[in-house]
This record gives sequence, C-alpha cells and structure tokens, in this order.
Amino acid sequence: MSDNKIKITINGTETLCNREDTILKAAKRAGVHIPTLCNDERLEPYGGCRLCIVEVKGVARPLTACTTPVAENMEVVTESDTIRKMRAHVIELLLSNHPNDCMRCEKTGDCALQNLSYEYGVDGSRYEGEKWDLPIREDNPFITYEPNKCILCGRCTRICNEVVMAGTIELTGRGFNSMPDTAFRKPRTLENCEFCGQCVSTCPTGALTDRKGRGKGRSYEMKKVKTTCSYCGTGCNFYLNVKDNKVVKVTSAYEAPVNQGNLCIKGRYGYDFIHHPDRIKTPLIRKGDKFVEASWDEALELVADKFNELIKKYGREKVGGFSSSRCTNEENYLLSKWVRCAIGSNNVDNCARV
Amino acid sequence: MSDATNVKDLLIRVCVGTGGLAAGSQEVIDEFGRQLGDRGIEAEIVKKCVNKTGCRGFCAKDVLVDIIIGGKSETYQLISTDKVGRIVEEHILKGEPVKEWLVGPEYHSFHDRQTKILLKQCGHIDPEDIQAYLAIGGYEGAKKALSGKPAAVIDEIKSSGLRGRGGAGFPTGLKWEICSKAEGHPKYIICNADEGDPGAFMDRSVIEGNPHSVIEGMIIAGYAIGASYGYVYIRAEYPLAIHRLKIAISDARSRGFLGKNISGSGFDFDIRIKEGAGAFICGEETALIASIEGKRGMPRAKPPFPAHKGLWGKPTVINNVETLANLPAIITNGGKWYASIGTEKSKGTKVFALTGRIKNTGLIEVPMGISLKEIIYDIGGGCEKNRKFKAVQTGGPSGGCIPASHIDMPVDYESLMGVGSMMGSGGMVVMDETTCMVDMSKFFLSFTQSESCGKCVPCRVGTKRMLEILTRITEGKGKEGDIELLLELGTNIKATSLCGLGMSAPNPVLSTVRFFREEYEAHIREGICPASVCKALRRYVVNVEMCKMCGKCFKACPSGAITWEKKKPASIDKGKCIKCGACYEACPFSAIT
Amino acid sequence: MTEKNEQILDKYDREKGSVISILQDVQEAYGYIPEDAVFWFSERLNIPASSFFGVTTFYAQFYLKPRGKNIITACCGTACHVKGSAGIINRVREELKIPAGETTSTDGKFTVETIACVGACSIAPVFIGNKKVFGKMTLEKASEMLKELDKG
Repeated sequence: MSDNKIKITINGTETLCNREDTILKAAKRAGVHIPTLCNDERLEPYGGCRLCIVEVKGVARPLTACTTPVAENMEVVTESDTIRKMRAHVIELLLSNHPNDCMRCEKTGDCALQNLSYEYGVDGSRYEGEKWDLPIREDNPFITYEPNKCILCGRCTRICNEVVMAGTIELTGRGFNSMPDTAFRKPRTLENCEFCGQCVSTCPTGALTDRKGRGKGRSYEMKKVKTTCSYCGTGCNFYLNVKDNKVVKVTSAYEAPVNQGNLCIKGRYGYDFIHHPDRIKTPLIRKGDKFVEASWDEALELVADKFNELIKKYGREKVGGFSSSRCTNEENYLLSKWVRCAIGSNNVDNCARV
Repeated sequence: MSDATNVKDLLIRVCVGTGGLAAGSQEVIDEFGRQLGDRGIEAEIVKKCVNKTGCRGFCAKDVLVDIIIGGKSETYQLISTDKVGRIVEEHILKGEPVKEWLVGPEYHSFHDRQTKILLKQCGHIDPEDIQAYLAIGGYEGAKKALSGKPAAVIDEIKSSGLRGRGGAGFPTGLKWEICSKAEGHPKYIICNADEGDPGAFMDRSVIEGNPHSVIEGMIIAGYAIGASYGYVYIRAEYPLAIHRLKIAISDARSRGFLGKNISGSGFDFDIRIKEGAGAFICGEETALIASIEGKRGMPRAKPPFPAHKGLWGKPTVINNVETLANLPAIITNGGKWYASIGTEKSKGTKVFALTGRIKNTGLIEVPMGISLKEIIYDIGGGCEKNRKFKAVQTGGPSGGCIPASHIDMPVDYESLMGVGSMMGSGGMVVMDETTCMVDMSKFFLSFTQSESCGKCVPCRVGTKRMLEILTRITEGKGKEGDIELLLELGTNIKATSLCGLGMSAPNPVLSTVRFFREEYEAHIREGICPASVCKALRRYVVNVEMCKMCGKCFKACPSGAITWEKKKPASIDKGKCIKCGACYEACPFSAIT
Repeated sequence: MTEKNEQILDKYDREKGSVISILQDVQEAYGYIPEDAVFWFSERLNIPASSFFGVTTFYAQFYLKPRGKNIITACCGTACHVKGSAGIINRVREELKIPAGETTSTDGKFTVETIACVGACSIAPVFIGNKKVFGKMTLEKASEMLKELDKG
C-alpha cells in the first residue's frame, strides 16, 4: 500500500482511497452513488443541502460526505432507513418552498430536484406555509432567473466567485429570504456580468436557465453532439444540443479534460449565427457594384481560375488561407489541408489562431 | 453644618450602567453633587459600577447607592433624585441612615448564596483604571503563566477541569492542546463576545465591569497555544463594553502587557477589536471567523476544526468571554483550587443572567451543581407577585424549558443536557403560571428562524415550517397531528442541520412538548390558552369576588371595553375587547382572568 | 462623498477582511449604506459590489434606506417578550403611524427597529431612544418617551 492510499469501508466493502479524499470522492471512486444537490466537482465542498449525509461508525450524528475527509479504517454506511428518511425529509422541505410546476418547467427531465423527488417518493404537500412568490427575471438576453425555483445550494454564486471570479452574483439576505442576486438586484449587463452562463451550467434546478433555449425542447429530445469550441485555442469541449436538425443550445461537457464543463460567453452563447436569417446561403459573385447570386459550380470555377492566375503570377508561397471561428473544426481542417496540398503553401491561419 | 471630618471619609458609590442609567443614576449622581456642593461638602462620588449587573448584579432595585462614611457602608435601593435631599440631611450630616430606604433582606440573601470568582471584582474596581486592576493582583496570572512553559499553562488549565462557557462545554485545556500542536503560523486566539442569546448579558457585564480580566485571559490563552494575535469579536449593541475594552487594551499596551516582549518574556502578543454587525449566528465559531474575515457570517462544516484551520486558514482557538475571564484566577490559584469547586464533570462557577418573572433579577455567579431550587428561590426570591413557578428556560434559543417538577436537579452541563436543555451561555429566564409554553416556543423559533443564515435546508426551511405550525396553534387554527409533525420536524432538523444553531433550534419546542404537551393539546383541541397569553384564544373576565373595585383596569383599557363605577365591580364587554391584556396587567388583585 | 470615502479607505488601507468595518463606517458617515458608496469602494478595493451587497443584506445592522431623525430600538429579547414588549412596540408604531412593513414614519421623524436582545433584561421591557436606555417600559412611558425624543 502506497503512503498516499488508505483503506476505508463503504457499505461493508473495503476500498482504497486517497488520503485527501472526502467520503463523497472515495465513494464515487468505489462506484457508490450518494445523492447531492450543492456539490459540483468544480467547486469547494459546501455542505449546505445535507443530502449527502452518511453514517460513520463511532459518530453519533450523520455527516455530510462532501465535506468530511476520510480517515484510516473509517466505516461508512451510505444507505440506511434512517438516512433515507432524513434525506426524504430534506427533499420534502425543499419542495415545500418550490413551485412544483414541473410540467411546464424548462428543466424537466434534467432536474436534480425532480429526480430526487421521484427517487425518494416525496413532495412538499404536508406543509402549507409560505412559498416564495417572486417574478421571473428576464432582464438580459442570455440568462433567465426564476427565484422561486432556487434551492439556495449556492452553486451559482460560488462558481461566479470561485471559478469565474466575476463577482456578478452573491447570496443576499438571510435565512428563508436569502437568494442569489446581483448587487442591489440590478439587471445583468456587460457592466456587471460576463454572461459566461457558468451559473446556469451548475444550477441543479430550473432557477437559472439559458434564455435562448427556453421552450425549444426537452433535454431528452436533444441529440447531443460533442464538439470542440473553435473560438480560441484552448480547446474546450461542449455539447451542441440539436433538435430537428437545429442547434438550440449548448450544454457543458463536464468530463472534458480541458475545461471540465466550464465555458465562456462565446462557447456557450455564440451559436446564433448558425441559423441566422441573414446568413448567406448561396455564393455571390461581384458584377460591377453588385453581388449577384450564382450557382456553386459557377462560383467554384471562378475561384479556381483566380487562384491559378495568382499562383502563376506570384508563386505558390504567396498564396495563403485564412478561415473563420464560425466555421466548424472540420471546415477549418479542410481549409488548411486544401491550402497545404492543393495550393502548396504553408500560409494558413484562423481568426482565433486555432 | 457638620464638621469637616465627615467630608474626608465620605464616599458615595452609584451604579451607572445600562440599567442604572435607565433608572436615573446619572441624575442621582448630579443631585448628590449639587446638594453636597450647596453645603460645602466634598465627597468622592464614584460611578461605582459599570452597569446594572456588573456591580452587584442586583439590578431589580436600581438605583443602588452606597454611602460609606469612615469605612462604614450602608446600601440604599430604588433611589431617585427626590430622595437625595433626605439622605444628605439625615445620613450624611446627622449620621442617621434612612432606614426605610436601605436594602432589605433579599439583597443579602441574593448575594449570600453566590460564589464569586469572576464577578468578585465587578463593581468594586473602576473598570477604566488599570491601576485599580493592578492593585488587586491584576496581570499576576499572566506574569506567572509567561514565566513558565506554554505546555505547563495547558496542563494547569486541564487540571482545573475548565470547560467552555459558551455553550457546548468543550474542555478548554484540550482545545488549546490541539491548537498548540497544529501546524501553521501565525495562530490566533479569538474572544467570542458576540453574546446574542436573548436573555443573556453575562459577557457584557464582565467586560464592562472588569475588562482587564478578559485581556489577561487572552494573554494567557495566547501564550499557551502560541498565538501572536488576538481578536475580540464583540456585538456592536454593547457600546459601553466596547468603549471600556478599548481603554483597557490601550492601557495594557502602554504598561507593556500587550505588544512586543511582554513583561520581558520574549512573547509578542496584541489584541484587536472587531465589532459584530447584528447576526446571532456569528456566535457560532466558524461563522464568527467568516465575519472577522469580512464575509457573510455563514458557518461551514467541521472538520476541519478551527484549531487546525481557523481564521485566514490558520490554527485558531475561540474562547468565550467567561472562559477567558476565569483564567487569571485559575493560573494564580492553581488548577486544583478551581477543580475543588463544582461537580465531578463540571468544575468551577458559572455566571447566569437571571431574568423573567422572578423577584430578584440580575446577574449571579454560582458553583456548578447548585440546584435549580436554590437559584430560583434562595437567590431569586421566587416568582413575582408570588405566582406559581412553572418553568425555567436555560440555554437561550438553543436550550429548553425545565419544568417545576425538576426543580431539585443540579445545574451542570450533563444534567441540563439530560432534560433536553443546555448550559448555553447562561441565560435563565423564569416563567410562571402566566407564561404560555406554546407562545414561548413560538418566540424562540421566530428568533432562530430570523437568525438562520440560510445555508442549510433543515434550518432555513425546517424552522420556518415549525414556526408556521406553532403560529397556527397559537392562533387557534391548530390541527390534529400538528404536535406529531412538530416532533418529526424537530428531530430531523436536529439530526441534519449544518451547525449548532440548527441542531439546537428545535430544543425549545421539543422540551415544551415533552413537559407541557397538555398545553399544546388545550390550544389545538379545546381552543384554550391555559395561561391566557395567546391573543386569539384569550377570554378576559372579571372575577367579581376578587374585584376590589379600584378601577385600575378601567383606566388601563385602551378600547373602552370595561365598564366601572366607584364601589361597583368592573365588567368587560367582549365585543369591544381587543384582547390586549392591559387590564390583566393592571389589576393588582389578580381579579381578571 | 468622495472625501468621506477617502477617509474611511485610508483607515482600512490594504487590510484584509475589512468589508464589514468599512460598511460600518459608511453607515456611521451617511446614516445608511448608499448605493454609490458601495460601487465607489468596490472599484477602489477591487472587491465585487455583490460582496458588499451580500454582506449588507446579511447583517441586521445595515440599512439600505435613509432612516428617521430619531431612532427607537425596541428589545425583543426573552425577558422583554415575557414582560409584554410586543404590545408596546405595536402601540408605538400605531402612535407614529408607521405603515405596515416599514420601519420609518412617513414624516421621516422616527424609525422604530427591533433588536434581538440588548442584554438589559433586568429592566425589561427595554427601549433605546437615540442611544438612551428606557427601562421597565409601559404603554404610558412609551408615549412619554416619544414626546421626549420629539422635543430633542
């Protein structure tokens, strides 16, 4: 056994884990599922939702797996009647202050709270007390905020401050009335927000959703196409969500080695051009002062002739290719291939240097 | 005119604290000054105590005035400006004390049953004068501690058996030992003076009455754990305490008790004050740390404990004011001496703020293990207006109500836990037959609910739901099953909350359901509030046999619901009655029920 | 405004964790926490305005709106509650005609706030009017207090 590995027991099975692991990480490594709401591997452990409570031998109270470090020979039980009851109770409390309008909610099918409600078979109907009744906030083009659906897991504010370090939103207020918001509850603008949508990517419920994708289809209706962002050279992955052959939104690829689900405004929201009505769909040839629509054969012939002319006149090395970030990676690849092989020049570049 | 000899030896001490000032002590002092000045007598008028409690703790009888002539002391109670003339005339000039205004036997019984370590000097020394503290052996404990090894200090505290006075009662020496061995530099000692429990004012009184004892305690603790800096986190609601503490810190610094190379020991240590901003949760140690760091005061999960990762991620010990103020005496007299007081597991004395429906309200210091009965009857003098003692609430919003049937129980950490309450910081609120236990639970729940930080679900939403159920019960809208739902909620909130606030928030409800379930049932099933507190369930009637026809209720009624004529008993018109309870309060004969 | 702010900034220059202390001084200087001041300090200290706002709304001591000329703080501690503070607070609010859900009277003369506990339980119920403590409060004494404070 190496120095860094220690032995713990999870649900009666011995397993090796790293000394610095939390119980949650060790369980994940061992293939044991523990429910969570406030946990996101991109963030520091929080311990707010209390769903990941487990029993640890020798400790009277249940402990949160996400915050508790493992210890040599620790014996953990992740599922028991008591633990299930307590978790069910927590979910029930969350649902008691939730609109429970799943039928028309944008997040249905992809909602952690909905799944837990199903898994534990509870709703919030035993409590008849106060519920939040706040208006939907659509004060910007990208992010829709439905405070009533917020469960205060703090993931949005933490990702905004811990990962993006934009400081756009923070928890405000206290107790039952606390909620994530901007300073003085002002609308999000480029002055106070980067519109990276990181908060949306981490929100486990329908509180924060991508405005552009709202109503465009359920998560399970989407064909998810994994691709690499071509806006810069970092190489972030994400999923294009395609429905009826249209890209309707971008979602995070959490398993991506480079960006672990993180994206910037361009990667997450810069896809409007794909189906934009202004997009030029047929080749245009300038005749006099005007552009005139042409057939592909006509256009390609013209381009080929012109390149041949240029090569003859100035030489191959004087010709180069410059492609766009709004082309796909495949298109960019093809351009470089064409410039190198067909033209015979190494002068290739892209506006994002990819 | 009296002869000049009287003048030399005359000392007048007047309480000037929050309570004393409210009772008019400044006016009394001014009046003495004027009266004596008119007669050409010079007297040393000492603003004796820091506050109503720091002095003698017997604030029910404020303004208290000591007249000391030639070393002979007499104490007056309930003094106002109009009484000053007669005291000057008869007592000071003629040497005949005004007997009917002197303190009564309850003043003595209040004090005789106490054991004072912490409060010994409060009220006897001027808290704004370091000289006064030095004169009674101040800073000797720190010097003694600094002359030995830090480990020896830890051992001494361990042998004293001192446990944290902030609530949970963790052994102080052990806490220090863990922190002293933790890796990281610099280390910090924090004095938790964020005394937020409603009904508690021990810490404020200690700081106002003897701030140097807290500073000395911090030096000792800082030396033991190897801390270089100390913070006092104190509520902004305590301006007088902050003021006195600032003076004391600056005096201690100029005398070389704080700063570089304290008393030539090579130990560097200094203290800063951080004012709280109004959040009860900041009494929780991880929330307190977040607050000092300038953040929202939200607790975080432990482990890691502050002793390993505290302020700015460095090893930190957080001790309560009372814990720290005990240290000089323990170091000076030895751990064994301290361990000789109290019970097997709870050593030393504990300061309580005795309030509520009790005759002698005030601050008391008693040995651990004293019975509740002694506190309530011998020291407290029983309930006001000789009403029946019903319960006592200890531990503030984290504690529970202990019923009269448990009056013989000893007061120590374990016994209190055993009945579903806790030591807490030391608030003791006495309730009599006119207190409704459901209303009391509702009061505490509304407190914890409004002070919940909102981080974890059970506390944020659970206490809200509990409060809503309690509210409907007190409004006469309770349902069958509500008690069970309260118990279920309470048990789960206790088990799953993140920090001490949530874990203990249901205690007031659980303990009152345990001991006073029939009151809850009366509210729900019969629509009656047995104590006549819950407005919606109250029905005020005049008991004609007991009515002495004084008319006080008639005058007190704000809605004109009472009819009364001289020599005729009053009666209440139910239609006009707004159930405010003013008549009930006003009746001197308990004829309104 | 800038001058006041500069003074506060000088006091806490480069000191870490000073957000709460700065806000306390801002409130002392302006009587409440003005939005402009928050953005000013946010820019100068490179701390997001949202952090200041989060802290401001967390702690009961901070006010985002200007308060009345006279400040009355009513203690809602256990002892005060047991001794009937709630009724007196209601009466005071009624007398000052403070709209429901507000703390400041419409004429801007009075602000009535509640506080968890001022720790002066022996003289419960307790009110603090412009930093002066009024103990053993009754309905009558409350009216007197209001008159006294109004006179100044």
